Amino acid sequence: MTAQPRFPAASRLLHWLMAPMIIAMLFIGVGMAASVSRRYDLLVSIHRPLGIAILVLCVARIVNRFINPPPDLPHTVPSLQRFAAKASHIALYALMLVMPLVGWGMLSAARYPIVLYGPVQLPPILPHDLTLYAWLRDLHSVLAYLLFATFLAHFGAALYHGLIRRDGVFGSMASWKSMQFARTNRALIQNSTQTPEP
Amino acid sequence: MRATLAERRIHTDMKPLWFKAATATNPGLLVRLGAIGAVMLSVTGAFAYTGGWLSPERLTQDRMMAAFRDANGTHVGFRRNHAKGVCVTGWFESSGQAAAISKAAVFKTGRVPVVGRFALAGGMPFQPDAPNTVRSMALRFLPPGGEEWRTGMNNIPVFPVNSARGFYEQLLAFSPDPATGKPDPAKIKAFLAAHPETARALALIKKRQITSGFADSTFNGLDAFRFVDAAGASMPVRWSVVPVQPVAADEAEQPEAGDENYLFDDLIAQIAQHPRQWRLIVTMGQAGDSTHDATQPWPEGRQQIGAGTVTIDQASSEDGGRCTAINYDPLVLPAGIEPSDDPLLSARSAAYARSFTLRAEEKHEKPPSAVTPEKVQAGGKS
Repeated sequence: MTAQPRFPAASRLLHWLMAPMIIAMLFIGVGMAASVSRRYDLLVSIHRPLGIAILVLCVARIVNRFINPPPDLPHTVPSLQRFAAKASHIALYALMLVMPLVGWGMLSAARYPIVLYGPVQLPPILPHDLTLYAWLRDLHSVLAYLLFATFLAHFGAALYHGLIRRDGVFGSMASWKSMQFARTNRALIQNSTQTPEP
Repeated sequence: MRATLAERRIHTDMKPLWFKAATATNPGLLVRLGAIGAVMLSVTGAFAYTGGWLSPERLTQDRMMAAFRDANGTHVGFRRNHAKGVCVTGWFESSGQAAAISKAAVFKTGRVPVVGRFALAGGMPFQPDAPNTVRSMALRFLPPGGEEWRTGMNNIPVFPVNSARGFYEQLLAFSPDPATGKPDPAKIKAFLAAHPETARALALIKKRQITSGFADSTFNGLDAFRFVDAAGASMPVRWSVVPVQPVAADEAEQPEAGDENYLFDDLIAQIAQHPRQWRLIVTMGQAGDSTHDATQPWPEGRQQIGAGTVTIDQASSEDGGRCTAINYDPLVLPAGIEPSDDPLLSARSAAYARSFTLRAEEKHEKPPSAVTPEKVQAGGKS
């Protein structure tokens, strides 16, 4: 295993807080768009506040990324994969930010009240316009499928790093055992400095 | 064995360094690659299942819309149900009496603007007006602070079905047979046999008093809701709007030939003459009153509250009217009004949302409505 530094704690916290929220959001979204059952009301009333929570956390995450830049990928990662990693992360950030805004905007254009909980509502951010609503509603679906595909690629790549390449990239975000990780890392670093490769 | 190892070595020689290292140190590579594939497939499968793509028998919003299309034909740009209508505006003057059982701002004493819509049930936007067609009134209350209340009500005492599935099967059973152009009596009989609650409800609906027009019709909310007061106590309610103007029985004579919009024309002319009013009556349910079954009436003699008066003073065509770009979603409720356990509320909300999206997408292709701005301008003389 290579010595791969971990993501800063704030980055890991934000990642693991948002990951279940975004996956839940994708499933709730695709489920409620198909449902006429009793669950529909419940799903919609979770979808709205959860989306806004993701928007807020996403802004925090972008700020955090500038304060706490992520560790570089190991040098062993080929340049094409390096590019794919960069592109998919840009896509994930963009979609996390844009999806809730499109949702908020489309409800605004349809003049649905944007109820978060009980009497707590958000103001409309776009004019009341049926055509604009139709456009944003379709965009919301297209971006949702794109986000699901990007999430799959991200998840698949993480498993690939963790199970196939075993290059420490998976552990840099997913390792819980910070002490042990640090110790192994130190040992590896010492090892690599003491006994240079032939 | 030796041969396969040699083969593998030759094979892996083509692979990059990390892959050779991986295969050499981890013989379970294929297993692990397979595991990744299985995880990817499972997640995609779960997503597809949630979206209804793997369950053709599940009733989805799209299948509900397809049933409307089968029943009524394709009418681009129109609501999939209650397609023929006009917009109205006015206000609600709250008596303050319902404020004791609901904390909703709309029930505080005072005046709140209202944007409404009168319509005929059914997905045919050009159907000729007829006395027996179910009439509806939808209202959007706009109190200050943005906590809206939207409701759609019909001039029938109970709803004919009590579930989304029942509604869907009713649509299919009453759809015209492509061969004859008329509903198939055998299908209707089979549907009613499978849905005794509908047979009972239709008997009550048939007995209703049919009045001369929209203005003297009573419109009932049908679904039960819950009112929640400031202390958090809740009770089941149903609501109706009852005409203030005198009620005249339907004259039972067929409208004149060519007078296809006589109900709407009359309404427009009456409103132009002077505003029309309805009292908003809230019926308080008791323990044991069905809140999940809209086919069942509540017993007579339940306590009622006069929550206030709805006044309608202006009518306009849907084309350019203020009700057109609005979905009268029954789950747009202020704090103080909550849904009951009636499954129709979610079903209506979901189906209306899909219908709203479809007609929004089709807006640029929509032909003029039956009641055009010119007809309203002419004072309801179609």
